[in-house]
Amino acid sequence: MSQIEKLIMQPDPAALESAVSVRHISKNYGPVEALRDLSLEFPRGQLTSLLGPSGCGKTTLLKIIAGLLEPTSGEIEVNGRKVTGPGPDRAFVFQDFALMPWANVIRNVGFGLEMRGVPTSEREAIAERYIRQVGLAGFEKSYPHELSGGMRQRVGLARALAVDAEVLLMDEPFSAVDEQTRRKFQEDLLGLVQNENKTFIFVTHSIEEAVYVSDQIAILLPRPSRVHEIIRPSSFRNKGVDNIRRDPEYLDIVDQIWASLRSYVE
Amino acid sequence: MPRRALLLKLLSAAILFGAWEVAGRIPVSYAFPTFIDSMRALLEMFADGTMIAAYAETLKPLAVGIAISAVLGIAIGLWVGLSSVFDWLFSPIFVVMQAAPLAALIPLLVLAYGIGLTSKVLVVCIMAMPVIVLNTSGAVRNTPESLKEMGRSFLASELSIILRIIIPAASPVIFAGLRLGISAGFIGAILAELKITPTGVGDIITFSRSIADYPSMYAAIFSIILLAVLFLNLLEKVETVLFEGNQRGYVSD
Ligand SMILES: Nc1ncnc2c1ncn2[C@@H]1O[C@H](COP(=O)(O)OP(=O)(O)O)[C@@H](O)[C@H]1O
Ligand SMILES: [Mg+2]
Repeated sequence: MSQIEKLIMQPDPAALESAVSVRHISKNYGPVEALRDLSLEFPRGQLTSLLGPSGCGKTTLLKIIAGLLEPTSGEIEVNGRKVTGPGPDRAFVFQDFALMPWANVIRNVGFGLEMRGVPTSEREAIAERYIRQVGLAGFEKSYPHELSGGMRQRVGLARALAVDAEVLLMDEPFSAVDEQTRRKFQEDLLGLVQNENKTFIFVTHSIEEAVYVSDQIAILLPRPSRVHEIIRPSSFRNKGVDNIRRDPEYLDIVDQIWASLRSYVE
Repeated sequence: MPRRALLLKLLSAAILFGAWEVAGRIPVSYAFPTFIDSMRALLEMFADGTMIAAYAETLKPLAVGIAISAVLGIAIGLWVGLSSVFDWLFSPIFVVMQAAPLAALIPLLVLAYGIGLTSKVLVVCIMAMPVIVLNTSGAVRNTPESLKEMGRSFLASELSIILRIIIPAASPVIFAGLRLGISAGFIGAILAELKITPTGVGDIITFSRSIADYPSMYAAIFSIILLAVLFLNLLEKVETVLFEGNQRGYVSD
């Protein structure tokens, strides 16, 4: 019993079960080679960041995992099943929010459920619950143009949570919101990873953000993109959100990643 | 806010009619009646039934033509916007139709379809349809890619993406096309009555000009413009009810 507990307390990457496996993925846009032979495992119940300079293929990889783009070669498995297109096991949070401007918050949040044929009353009940969870109670009837950027992304997040997919794909979800809102989002995200039993795949170009929120960081390098390094922060994860940013390991990892990336930044 | 908008509309109408009245009194031309004389003529024609009979005639090609143009125009526009083959096939036709000088085509229409309702409906359609088709297809093509991707990632079917995403996203531009098309359709209906056979409101205009009854002539012109304005306002209301959040455009900033 105590041995099992130990194993859970100190996860060994090799022993972790993968929710998503990326195997030998290549993607060409015409002559542009965006990804070449990229392989990566995403442990279940954890948050993995894809970190890299812009243009290195992060969005491309995320959309291939989502089933929105066909890879040129290679395959994706989610829970052991090969991905052939979008599926109920994955939900996407978009960088530009992708909210429907003609629909109010509750209809936007309920969109995924509507497409799954969930009846209206049940759909609205679920949507309301997630609107409350992301802190937008009282804005159910508001339209996107009446909300701030941060609030719009909360709608996008609630929409993705509402369909209760096991894997959450987030494409630079906080890049379009202001710094203070972003920090709040990052804290909330840590809470979500702990409380929801979901696998998060999180694209970012911010080193600090990646180190702050991730259980595992995959550093991608451009032309053509490949996984350069995988980092698993371990010591500061359980010290509380307020202490992470001054933890020595946090600071070391940030420096180490910058050292790897600096030569790729013009 | 809507109160103020209404007030402004009334104010601009008052200024326009005031200017008309003044211009009529100077007068700028012996053939230009005052606003008050024109309104009196309008009321008289309503009272003796002339106007009502005229509209019963004019509204036929107008209503049929606009209905055909709206339904067919939006349908063709969607089709053209969704399929590059249809775009290639149909777009040039509507571009030519929009550019063609209608007055030159009317004799050909009369030759082919006679002087009856068909020709008049066709004139309304030729005026109204191209801008509806072109606006609709353009708007459909410009649907933000990320909204379509959002639809796919949340498992929307092809049909749902068209009905729930593409059409609502395109609706502001489709409605703008409808407004332009319907205005042009009104012009077409009157043009048909002036150029093909004088009937309805076109007949009042032609006849009262021939007997130099200018107040009646202007009353008829005024009435058709008023009808067009009222109809366009109604259309705007429909749009607001259907797509409330769209009023502020897209959310991407
Ligand atoms: N639809 C496309 N057509 C052609 N090239 C593309 C397309 N999408 C992305 N690319 C190219 O692929 C590379 C990776 O893009 P992307 O995945 O968006 O990078 P990131 O999200 O890391 O900024 C870039 O060089 C970009 O120019
Ligand atoms: Mg990107």
